[in-house]
Amino acid sequence: MQKAKFDQAETIVKVTDLHKYFNGNHVLKGVSFEIKKGMLISIIGRSGCGKTTLLRCLNSLEVLDSGTIEVAGITLSRELKEMPSNDSAKNKKDSRFAGMPFSDFTKHDEVDADFNNKTRIIRQRVGMLFQSLNLFPHLTVLGNLIKAPMIVKKTSKEIATNEALILLEKVGLETFKDRYPNQLSGGQAQRVAIARALAMNPQVMLYDEPTSALDPELIVDVMQVMKQLHDEGMTQIVVTHSMQFAKIASDLIIYMEEGKIVEISTPEEMFTNPKDERTKNYLSILFE
Amino acid sequence: MKITLQKHIKYFSKKFNINFLLMLLVLILASNYNSISAEKKILRWAADSESGAPYVFEDESKQGVQIGFEVDIIKEICRMLDYQPAFFQNQWDGLIPGLDRNDYDVAINGIEITDERKDKILFSIPYYITFEQLVVRKDDNHIKNLKTLKGKAVGTLSSSLAETILKELEGVEIRTYESEYNSFTDLKLGRIDAVLIDAPVAIQYAKPDPELKFVGPEIKQLSYGIAIKLNNIDLKNSIDSAIRVMTNTGKLKEILTKWSLWEPDLWNKLMDVHTANSNIIKIESQIKKSNKTFSERVQPYINWLPELGKAALLTLNISLLSMILAMAFGLMLVLLRVFAPTPISKLTVVYIELIRGTPLLMQLFFIYYVFPVHLGIKLDPFVAAVIGLGLNYAAYEAENYRAGLFAVPRGQIEAAISLGMRKRDTLKHIVFPQAIRLVIPPMTNDFISLLKDSSLVSVIAMVELTKAYGKFSSTMYDYIVPGLIVAAIYLLLGLPFVKIAKWAENKFSHDKKRS
Repeated sequence: MQKAKFDQAETIVKVTDLHKYFNGNHVLKGVSFEIKKGMLISIIGRSGCGKTTLLRCLNSLEVLDSGTIEVAGITLSRELKEMPSNDSAKNKKDSRFAGMPFSDFTKHDEVDADFNNKTRIIRQRVGMLFQSLNLFPHLTVLGNLIKAPMIVKKTSKEIATNEALILLEKVGLETFKDRYPNQLSGGQAQRVAIARALAMNPQVMLYDEPTSALDPELIVDVMQVMKQLHDEGMTQIVVTHSMQFAKIASDLIIYMEEGKIVEISTPEEMFTNPKDERTKNYLSILFE
Repeated sequence: MKITLQKHIKYFSKKFNINFLLMLLVLILASNYNSISAEKKILRWAADSESGAPYVFEDESKQGVQIGFEVDIIKEICRMLDYQPAFFQNQWDGLIPGLDRNDYDVAINGIEITDERKDKILFSIPYYITFEQLVVRKDDNHIKNLKTLKGKAVGTLSSSLAETILKELEGVEIRTYESEYNSFTDLKLGRIDAVLIDAPVAIQYAKPDPELKFVGPEIKQLSYGIAIKLNNIDLKNSIDSAIRVMTNTGKLKEILTKWSLWEPDLWNKLMDVHTANSNIIKIESQIKKSNKTFSERVQPYINWLPELGKAALLTLNISLLSMILAMAFGLMLVLLRVFAPTPISKLTVVYIELIRGTPLLMQLFFIYYVFPVHLGIKLDPFVAAVIGLGLNYAAYEAENYRAGLFAVPRGQIEAAISLGMRKRDTLKHIVFPQAIRLVIPPMTNDFISLLKDSSLVSVIAMVELTKAYGKFSSTMYDYIVPGLIVAAIYLLLGLPFVKIAKWAENKFSHDKKRS
């Protein structure tokens, strides 16, 4: 609908021929797309189509295996040297970390320091909302918001607190600043998690299934926050199962199937006149 | 008659000559020592005062004062050689290793002169010659001698000649004890059938006891000598001279008579059991305390309290410092294990398994006795105790930390790094604070356990709470009251830390509460 509005906007996310493997499974098979600043993009598709992996690659929670990702002015590029296989020495080495929470760290040891620095800058410029939120249970709401700015950006506690209070007001939770995450309802926790990501003042926001765990009436609250951000010009990328959300909120919808992008369309096009047979097929099953 | 008189005259003149020469020698040696330093030289001598009467034991009425026939002998030697005696308490088993460590100059505590020991140390000439005595219950008519011991349980002191004799017998179940008192107690309780032990011990502890009796002939001959460090030949010569003089002047007879240990036949290196039967100074006085008033009975216990307090403080100090060391070193171990390159990570696993898989007691022995001799690392007992316990518990703490770290959900780390935090910031600010709460209960557990395991450091010559209990009870001839007192002290030492841990756990666990 408003696609034309972004024609003049600069490109903020550009992904070119992105490949990702997990233990020999080819999860992303050459994904390419561009996102203009200020857009709200929904990524839809069946479970296991690679949409969450794509999202995680955008802030390097998963390190791409090959291709180029340009996000918020930083370019990450890798070429695949050999086909990762199931029984590589790397996997054996990692077996001692089986089930432990540090596997991400060890994985990052495979890339060089320059690459690691870039991923850290990207993560500072890209906010992420996890499906499971992952609020820090040992910190108060305020603590959750000010921790990263204070450590990563060396913001003083006073300034970080002031900015955090403004953000909490924005999401309507300023009176909850001294609570602990377990004392919040699902909707409140969701909005705190968004505020925590915003506290780093990101240029792009990523959302992994933001509405899936919420009651319908709480979805409205979260959508309102996202709408407000959209109005302020925030670029947002949302992985979602909710067609209704995609239809109402998005500027563009990406449909993925088996590790590839099948179609990128505006919501009207997607839901009234899909270009690709496969999209048509998926939507028809969904709305039957 | 004439002949005998002549013999006597001859004898006396001979004796006089020897004495005169020896006296001269001692004086020369002593003056030599004096010329080296103007101050009186110190002779550091060691014994295990827990090993009991009549050798070296703590005076019931005066804490910290050692008495016994060996104390008198050492004092006399020091007087003759112009030394200032300084007592050093050590576990009996550790007396000879302690010489190697140069903790003291000589050890005297009923140490038998044996060939194996001659390889490790010098022995003075014997200052006492005795034999092994078999002791049984009064009503036992079966055991008559060593041959009738077959199929019986026999108690003795560990690493003694008696133990060696028993090992040569077939079909005898040997039980070794650290304290002779324990062996006689078990004999009376019927846990064992006989005790084979050095005659002076038997005379002191079993002879006055109406429930026990001596059986059989004198078994083997054993000589007590003063143990001296292998290379200290000068000291050995001086001490030998002093013992000769004591023997010849009758001073030794005087001392041994005082302790009811003199036998007319000692000249001929033999001993008559019957004459040893006379006055028993120590134990009889302890057994016959029936007409003491209540306060007279309680007073000795009260006298012991300062010593127990000191021991409790030592136990607490050792435990706290070891725990701090264990927590710090354990943290290092777990960080290396989880984040270091594979070879280093593997090394930490080897360390953890090695330490967890071997007895703490052995580790302490290694640190205290083996390191100084073979690696040249000589540690003060306190430091050795803290390091030994600390390094041991570090292995357990490392595993506690690991459990705590692994219990923090992966999503927490993802959230932190997606906010741009570095690895170390994530660990410091997000993972560790959450892991601490999980780690507090097992660590508290370990601290309480450490508090009690610290009793093992008594093997490296430290008088901590359990050792103090041993000394206390063997002096008082009472295991119940001191036991209850000491158990209560342990409990009281641990409780505040349990409280602190509870508080800390609550403080870190607000995330689990809902208001």
